Amino acid sequence: MAFKTTKNFILGAIVAAASVTGIAYAAGGGVESDYKMEHPDWSFNGPFGKYDMVAAQRGYKVYREVCASCHSLKYVAFRHLGDKGAPFYLADFENPNDNPYVKNFAADWTIEDIDNETGDVIERPGITADYFPPIFPNDAAARASNGGAIPPDLSSMVKARNNGADYVYNLMLAYGSPIPKGVEITPGLHWNPVMDGGKIAMAAPLSEGLVDYDPVEINDHGELKTIAAPEATVEQMSHDLVQFLAWSADPKMEQRKSVGLMTLIYLIILSLLLFLSYKRVWRNVKH
Amino acid sequence: MSENQPEDGSKRDFIFLATGAVTAAGAAAVGWPLVAQMGKAADTLAAGSIEIDLSKVAEGQQLKMLWRGKPVFVRHRTPKEIAEAESVDMADLKDPETDDARLVAGPNGAVDPKYLVMVGVCTHFGCVPVGEQGDYDGWYCPCHGSHYDTSGRIRKGPAPTNMVIPPYSFVNETVIKVG
Amino acid sequence: MSGPSTYEPKYAAAKWMDQRLPIIRMGADFMTFPSPRNLNYWYTFGGILALCLVVQILSGVILAMHYVADVDLAFASVQRIRRDVPFGWLLQSMHAVGASMFFLAVYMHMFRGLYYGSYKAPREMIWILGCAIYLVMMATAFLGYTLPWGQMSFWGATVITGFFGAVPIVGESLQQWLLGGYAVDNATLNRFFALHYLLPFVIAALVGLHVWALHHVGQNNPIGISEKTESDTLSFHPFYTVKDAFAIAVFLVIFAVFLFYLPDALGHADNYIEADAMKTPAHIVPEWYFLPFYAILRAVPSKLFGILLMLGAIVVLFVLPWLDTHKVRSMRFRPVARWFFILFIVMCFILGWCGAGVPDDIAIPLGKDAGITFYRLGQAATVYYFAYFLVILPILGLVETPKKRPDSITKAVLGENHSTAGLAPAE
Repeated sequence: MAFKTTKNFILGAIVAAASVTGIAYAAGGGVESDYKMEHPDWSFNGPFGKYDMVAAQRGYKVYREVCASCHSLKYVAFRHLGDKGAPFYLADFENPNDNPYVKNFAADWTIEDIDNETGDVIERPGITADYFPPIFPNDAAARASNGGAIPPDLSSMVKARNNGADYVYNLMLAYGSPIPKGVEITPGLHWNPVMDGGKIAMAAPLSEGLVDYDPVEINDHGELKTIAAPEATVEQMSHDLVQFLAWSADPKMEQRKSVGLMTLIYLIILSLLLFLSYKRVWRNVKH
Repeated sequence: MSENQPEDGSKRDFIFLATGAVTAAGAAAVGWPLVAQMGKAADTLAAGSIEIDLSKVAEGQQLKMLWRGKPVFVRHRTPKEIAEAESVDMADLKDPETDDARLVAGPNGAVDPKYLVMVGVCTHFGCVPVGEQGDYDGWYCPCHGSHYDTSGRIRKGPAPTNMVIPPYSFVNETVIKVG
Repeated sequence: MSGPSTYEPKYAAAKWMDQRLPIIRMGADFMTFPSPRNLNYWYTFGGILALCLVVQILSGVILAMHYVADVDLAFASVQRIRRDVPFGWLLQSMHAVGASMFFLAVYMHMFRGLYYGSYKAPREMIWILGCAIYLVMMATAFLGYTLPWGQMSFWGATVITGFFGAVPIVGESLQQWLLGGYAVDNATLNRFFALHYLLPFVIAALVGLHVWALHHVGQNNPIGISEKTESDTLSFHPFYTVKDAFAIAVFLVIFAVFLFYLPDALGHADNYIEADAMKTPAHIVPEWYFLPFYAILRAVPSKLFGILLMLGAIVVLFVLPWLDTHKVRSMRFRPVARWFFILFIVMCFILGWCGAGVPDDIAIPLGKDAGITFYRLGQAATVYYFAYFLVILPILGLVETPKKRPDSITKAVLGENHSTAGLAPAE
């Protein structure tokens, strides 16, 4: 871990103290393997970290085109994508339901509904208020289509694993690492040393060039800029996906950190004033 | 009047005692429904039985089904596992039970050692043990480290008894009904 | 040390009220309560804890307005609070982190009481009420942890209610009566929610009694010598209101760092996965504040005995006033007991460490592939925990020679040759 600021260092020390008491565990483990976990310096780490929104936008495309064939995102609504602090936020559209990106993404999904007049089950294009739809109608169907394993929902995945961002990133990269001696992989399972126990039902989901990245347009202080599409390597796609899933797990992070900064400044001033008051009240009192 | 006092006193004592007893009985009668409501409700008690088709479980595989809020394991044991389960010396067991005693006879009157059906809940504090793990090739409970053998019997760790065999019977050659 | 009331109503309305319901007098007496002049920062945790209780009740009542106690909806409703309810992310984190902060403060408060002998006569009732508050706090925390209906919620509830299953003969019936079914399910979640809402008010009532008892006998202080003259004391306000307020502000800084920058550091990742009755998480451990007791539970390889031992670890606190028979309260003047006390704190941390570890893993390596396992270390620390209360303190009560103590708080503060003249507050 590299500490950019003293504050990062202090936070790091607290986290380290927490892990000494066993509160946090390292991800993976349980199996002997040569795989070395990579710990990228995520843009959202640290007290001032923010999501890399350009990467998160590409990450949405990875989710939509790859992950979404099995994994749901059921606690996220389309409108969330256009919220402040979300990948597709536009300053001109404070109400995310008017955001053109969000509208387009929603319409790209098929939502099951009931016809108001006939009562029949119908399918319609999504609207901004809809949540990301379930991929399978129920758990049994999910199990049946995936060799007995239910693909977990990804809404909070980055929070649902220890060091979740590193976990998801490394899980994508660790496919194909050599199977240690003595480990038997039964049909329907795959070797992945990052997974707890090393055996995972999901086949390697990403391969070089799988997603056709588009250039991303951003508004940089009123100036429209185009960011060219990077090469869709497995590392790049994994990185972008983690940015997107980190946001979906903690969509209020940027608000949390900025409110936190204000609160801390306020509390430190208050503490100082109270300390001076204390000194004044007690100045002639021996104790 | 003074000679009447002892009688008065005892009468009063009796009245007080009776009043106290009747009040206590009333309080108990009110208290009982307040306590009993916590028990299993009628719909919970009615939680039905489940049918499981054993033939769908391949050798070396385990099926998990939810029954009364708890998982039921159906394990199709390998010959090696059966041999291990049958060869155990009863003296080594914390909760002695033969493997046969943990199986239910099929329609032909004989037990089939291939299929082990049990409530997949650790008898320690109710966690779900993980299959094909632990020191005895059976199940291992991740919560407090209890080891079970291939018959689901406790061999090591804090659990007091073997994993429970649910009440079940054969509907036909391959289908069982649990509950 | 509750002397005669010095309150005199100034206005006609206040006088009218005072004759009918002397509630203003009560408040005024509270604010002018004579407190020992030598209270240090360890004595500020009472005020900090009062704030913690208010924070938890306030944020909890608000969360209850958005939370749904139903196995199919509970997890989603918490997600909705975090994602959609205005400032829901703040209030939900505040409540979850607040629970940890509450326990952090309560442990400081208890260690302070243990060190300065605050449980000794005439303060036994303050101590016992405090233990009762701690017990209800633990129950409330456990019940509340079940509500988000994550994996740790579910399996924590399963393990803890499993304790009741260990009672001989009636165990299983008792456990199922508590659960309202065969396993942790909707009935369990609903009653846990109802009780989780109720118990904080029980805590508030017990706190009322705790403070009442405190004001009846007066506060202990770092030298453990009772107040004798007026010069030994200061009015609660402004001297201790300002000191407590400063301590609270510093405490809030720590609270805010966790709340805003490390909201998940004290929780478990598994609780972001919805409860699944079919699969137990690989590492199931309670919240950090229960870890020492969890280690004691696992210190013996027997289900019933483990539970009894864990209960005993709490029960022993209740009877402590009669186990430590030494006449001197403060360990400042007990050179031997002080070392055993420091070792006791170390052991509490070791127990917490063992509670978090996997029992068969090596805790202290001694050479290659060998060493002391968490299981053995936990056993050793458990032995010390009980020995401290049941053997060390009773024996020291008989044999320990205390250091020379000052005659009074005033003399401790000003030295032996003081004159009371310079002591009056100058305001």
